[in-house]
Amino acid sequence: MKLFSIRGGVHPKGRKELAADVAIAPVGLPPLLRVPLLQHIGTPAEPVVRKGDLVKKGQLLAIGQGMVSAPVHAPTSGRVMAIGRYVAPHPSGLPGRTVTLKPDGQDEWADLPPPLDPETATPEEIAERVADRGIVGMGGATFPSAIKLNLGGRYDLHLLVVNGAECEPYLTCDDRLMRERADQVIDGILSMRKALGVGRAIVAVETNKPRAMEALRKAGAGLDGLRVVGVPTRYPMGSERHLVQTLTGLETPARGLTADIGVVVHNVATAFAVHEAVRLGRPLISRVVTLSGGGIARPGNYEARIGTPIEALIAAAGGLEDRTARLILGGPMMGQPLADPKAPLVKGTNGVLALRPAESGESAAQQPCIRCATCVSVCPCGLMPLEMAARIRKEQLDAAVEHGLMDCVGCGSCAYACPSRIPLVQLFNYAKGRLTAVQRARHKQEEIKRLARARAERMDAIARAKREQMDRRKAERAARKKAEQTAPEAAAEKRDQETVDA
Amino acid sequence: MLTAIVSLTVIGLVLGAILGIAARLLKVEGDPLGGEIEALLPGTNCGQCGFPGCAAAARALAEGRAGVTLCPPGGRALVGDLAAKLGVEADLSAVEEDVPRIAFVNENLCVGCTRCFKRCDTDAVIGSAKQIHVIVQDACNGCGKCVEVCPTECISLRPQPVTLQTWHWPKPPLAA
Amino acid sequence: MREAKQPAGGPFAHGGGRVDRTMGLVLLALLPATGYGLYLFGWPAINLLVVTVLAAALAEAACLRIAGRRVWPTLGDGSAVLTGWLLAMTLPPWAPWWIGAFGAVFALVFAKHVYGGLGQNLFNPAMVGRVALLISFPLEMTRWLAPRPLMTEGAPGFLEGLEITFLGGAPADAVSGASVLGHVKTELSRGHTVSDALAGAPDRIQMALGQMPGSLGETSAALLLAGGLLLLVTRVIRWPIPAAMLGTLAAAGAAPHLIDPARYPDAMVHLLSGATLLGAFFIATDYVTSPATLRGQLIFGAGCGLLVFVIRTWTGYPEGVAFAVLLMNAATPLIDRWVRPRVFGRTARGRPLDHAATLIEERAGG
Repeated sequence: MKLFSIRGGVHPKGRKELAADVAIAPVGLPPLLRVPLLQHIGTPAEPVVRKGDLVKKGQLLAIGQGMVSAPVHAPTSGRVMAIGRYVAPHPSGLPGRTVTLKPDGQDEWADLPPPLDPETATPEEIAERVADRGIVGMGGATFPSAIKLNLGGRYDLHLLVVNGAECEPYLTCDDRLMRERADQVIDGILSMRKALGVGRAIVAVETNKPRAMEALRKAGAGLDGLRVVGVPTRYPMGSERHLVQTLTGLETPARGLTADIGVVVHNVATAFAVHEAVRLGRPLISRVVTLSGGGIARPGNYEARIGTPIEALIAAAGGLEDRTARLILGGPMMGQPLADPKAPLVKGTNGVLALRPAESGESAAQQPCIRCATCVSVCPCGLMPLEMAARIRKEQLDAAVEHGLMDCVGCGSCAYACPSRIPLVQLFNYAKGRLTAVQRARHKQEEIKRLARARAERMDAIARAKREQMDRRKAERAARKKAEQTAPEAAAEKRDQETVDA
Repeated sequence: MLTAIVSLTVIGLVLGAILGIAARLLKVEGDPLGGEIEALLPGTNCGQCGFPGCAAAARALAEGRAGVTLCPPGGRALVGDLAAKLGVEADLSAVEEDVPRIAFVNENLCVGCTRCFKRCDTDAVIGSAKQIHVIVQDACNGCGKCVEVCPTECISLRPQPVTLQTWHWPKPPLAA
Repeated sequence: MREAKQPAGGPFAHGGGRVDRTMGLVLLALLPATGYGLYLFGWPAINLLVVTVLAAALAEAACLRIAGRRVWPTLGDGSAVLTGWLLAMTLPPWAPWWIGAFGAVFALVFAKHVYGGLGQNLFNPAMVGRVALLISFPLEMTRWLAPRPLMTEGAPGFLEGLEITFLGGAPADAVSGASVLGHVKTELSRGHTVSDALAGAPDRIQMALGQMPGSLGETSAALLLAGGLLLLVTRVIRWPIPAAMLGTLAAAGAAPHLIDPARYPDAMVHLLSGATLLGAFFIATDYVTSPATLRGQLIFGAGCGLLVFVIRTWTGYPEGVAFAVLLMNAATPLIDRWVRPRVFGRTARGRPLDHAATLIEERAGG
C-alpha cells in the first residue's frame, strides 16, 4: 500500500524491549478501589449509588451527563465506602469526585445486557451499547467512543483507521494486546465498522511491531476490506491526524475532525473494549497498562481494574528500584508527571513509567534559545515553536495564537529536539491554559455585568414604585386638603356621610 | 535660492491645508471612548480602583489619568481588553497573578443579618433574615462590599479555589 | 515521591543535542583552515588569533558579570570563543594586537550583549566587529602580505612575531601584495582589463589551496569547503544558506562575465577569493541571525550572494561578504515574519482547509 509522508517528527529511542516480550499479567484486587467520576473528556458522571450500597461487578456506579460524557461501572463486587474527593491521576495532584469501593473478594458479576451479534445488530444498537458500557478512547485521549461511532449519519465516511501505531517510547500494552488478543481486536473492529457504516478498515501498526502485525493478519485473514498496514516508526505517527495523512495523504482541516475527510480513528485497545461490550455485554472496568522504565523492577504489561492505585501497580511490578526516578502516566513524550502514586488507574492510562534522570534527560540545564530552528524542522504541524515561545515568554499570548498556538497538538517533538532544553511544551500548555482562564474570566465578567445591571434595574424599579406611591399619596392628601379648604361644607357633609356609613 | 524658498513654502502651505481639512472632515464628535470603556468595566461600582464608580474610572482611563491595570475584580482579562481598546502595551506580568478573589462566609459567625445580601450588587449572596448566608461563586466578583458591612466580620475574600477543571500548567522557569 | 509544588512538564525524553556541542563542532570545522592559515602567516598570525579569542572571552565574561548573570556556564557554551575566532579569521594576519582586541570587544559588547546576549542579537557579532574595524582602521585592515609559512626562509621567528603583533613592528618590506579582489579592483580602476589584472595574481589552484595574500583564515578555499561539508554532514548547518549563497554568487558572477570578460571576473574568482566560503558556511549560517525556515534560508542565502556580487562589482570596497551578511541579517526578522511553513490543516494563507478537495487542488495547482 502506498504511504504518504508527514512533515517533521523525531526518532526517540524506543526502549520497547524492556516490556515488549512480557505477556499480559493480571494484577490482584487491591484493598480499596478508587473510581473517579471524570475519566473522560467532557462532563463528570453523576453517581447513582450511595454510601454503604453493595454493588456487583459491572454494575453502574455513575451515569453520564449531557452530550459528551461516559458512565462509570464497578470494577468488582463490594461495598461503596464513600463518594467524595480523592487525588486524581493528574499533574496538579488535585482531588476529583471519586467513588471508593471496598471489594468483597467475590468478584461477582452483575446482570449484563445480552450479547449482540454485530452481523445482525443495527449501527445504532452497537453505538448505544458502546455508550452504555462506558467506553472511551483508550489511547490516552479518553474521548467518549460512542460519539465517534455515531458520526456516520452526519459525515460521509469511507474509512475506519484503527490506531495500533503506539509511537510513544516504552509503551507496549497495545503491542501485547494485538499479539495476544488479535481475534478479539479484529472482532471489535468489525463491530465498529458496522456502527460507522464504512466498508474499509485499516489497522495501522508501526513497523517495529512485526509480531503484532503478523497476529492481526492471521486473525483478519479472509475478511473483506480489512488491511493491516505497517507505518514508519517515527514519532508522532500515532497522532490521529498524522496517521490519517500517512495512510490516505489527506490532511484534516485545522479546527476540524478527521471525519471531515471521511475517516474515523479508534485505538486498538478501544476495539478490544468494544468487542467485550458487544459480544459479552461487559463494561470498561479494566485495561492493559505498561509498567516500564529504568526505575521499575519488573517492567511488563499488566491488566488491572480501573481504580487500582498506581502504587499497587508498581508493587505488582516488583516496586521501584530507584527512588529518584520520576513517575509518569503515559509515554515519555506526551505523558504527564504523576503527583501522587496513591492516585488510581483510569480508563485512559496506557503506561506508568518510572524514569531515571539519565533516561528522561532532565539533568542538563536550560540555555537561551539560539534560534537554531531545529524545532521548526521537527514540528509535525508546520509551526515555529521558537517564535511562539518567544511571544509567550513576554506574555504576548495573542501573538502566540497568531503564530498557530492553537494548532499545536502538544506532541513534544520540539522540546525533545531543542539543544537549549527550553520547556517548550509546558510554555505552550501554560499559554493555552492561561487563554482558557482569561476566556472563562471574561465570561464571568459579562455574567456579573448582566447581574449588576439587572439588580440596578430592579432597584430602580423598586425606587420608582416607592416614589410613585409616595407621590400618589401626597397627591391624594393634597387633593383632600384642597377639597377641605375649598368646600369645607361638602367635606363635612362627606365626613358625616362616612360616619353614617360606618 | 528663490526657487527653493518658493517651493518649500508651497509644499508647506499645501500640506498644512491638507492637515487642516483633514482635521475638519475627520473630526471626532464628543468622546465615545469613555462610554466604550465603561461598557468593558464590571459595572459594580466597587470603588477598588479609587474612583467613585465605574463611570468615573472609565473617564479617567479615557483621559489617561489611570492605568489599564486599575481594576482588580476585572483581572487579567479586563487588562487585556482595556489595553486593546486604548492601544497601549499592557505589562501583564506586572498584574498580580489574578486568581480571582471571592467572598466566603464563615458559617460559624454569620448571624443572618442580611446586610451583605442588601449590599451586593450582583445578587451573589443567598439568604434571608436569621439564616446563614451563602455566596454564589459564579456571581461574585470579589468587590468586597459585603466584607465592609458585615457586623460579625464573618466574610473574607479568598482566592477562588483551583479545581481539576480550572487548573492549568504554570509558566515554567526560563533561562535568561 | 511527591512532586514539588511546581510540576515540571514533559516530554521526559531528550534527543541529546546541546548548544556547546554545536559550537564545538563549528570550531572543529574551522580548525583545518585556521591551522593552514596560521602555518602560512606564521607567529604574528598565531598571536593575533590568541589575542582576539581571549579578548572575546574576557568581554563576554565582563558583560555577563555586569548584567548580573552567572559567568561560568554561559561562557562555557563556546559562543564567545567562536565569535572571536571567526573575527580573527577575517583579519589581516599581521595586524597589530589592538585590532583583534578592539574588534572582539566591539563585537561582544555592541553586537551581542547590548541586545541581551546569546540568541538576542540582530546582527552577526563577528561581522559587526569586522565592519567596525574596516571603517575605523581602513589602513590596518587592508595591509596584506604574501604567505610566509612557518619554518621557511624569511618567516618571522617567535620573538619577531611578538614584535610584529604587539609593537607594530611589521617591517615595511614585508608588507606587500594585495588580495586578489583588491588587486582586480585597483587594476580595473587604472583602466586595465580583468585578464591583465589576473595575469599577475595567483592561479586558480593556488587560490583553491590558499597560497595567496589574504585574511588569516580565508585563503584556503579547499579547507573551508571541507569544514563546511563537515558541518553539513553533522547536521550542524543545513544546506539552503550555503547552496543559495554560493549558487547566486556564481550565477550573478558568471552572467556579466559572459557579456564582458574584460570588466567582470569570472564566477570562480568570486567563489574562491575573499571571505566567500567562510561566509557561506560559517558566517551566514549563524543560527541567531538567519531565518528559521528552509524557504527563508534560501531567500537569505540568495540575498547574501547577490549583495556580495553587487558590493564587489559596483562599490568602493573590493570585498563585501561582511556587509552583505549584515544587510541580510537586518532582513531576517522580516523574512521570518513573511515566510512561514504551512500549518497542518491550513492553507498557505493560514485559513483552515475546507475539505480534502481544496488541498488536492492546491497541490496540483501549486
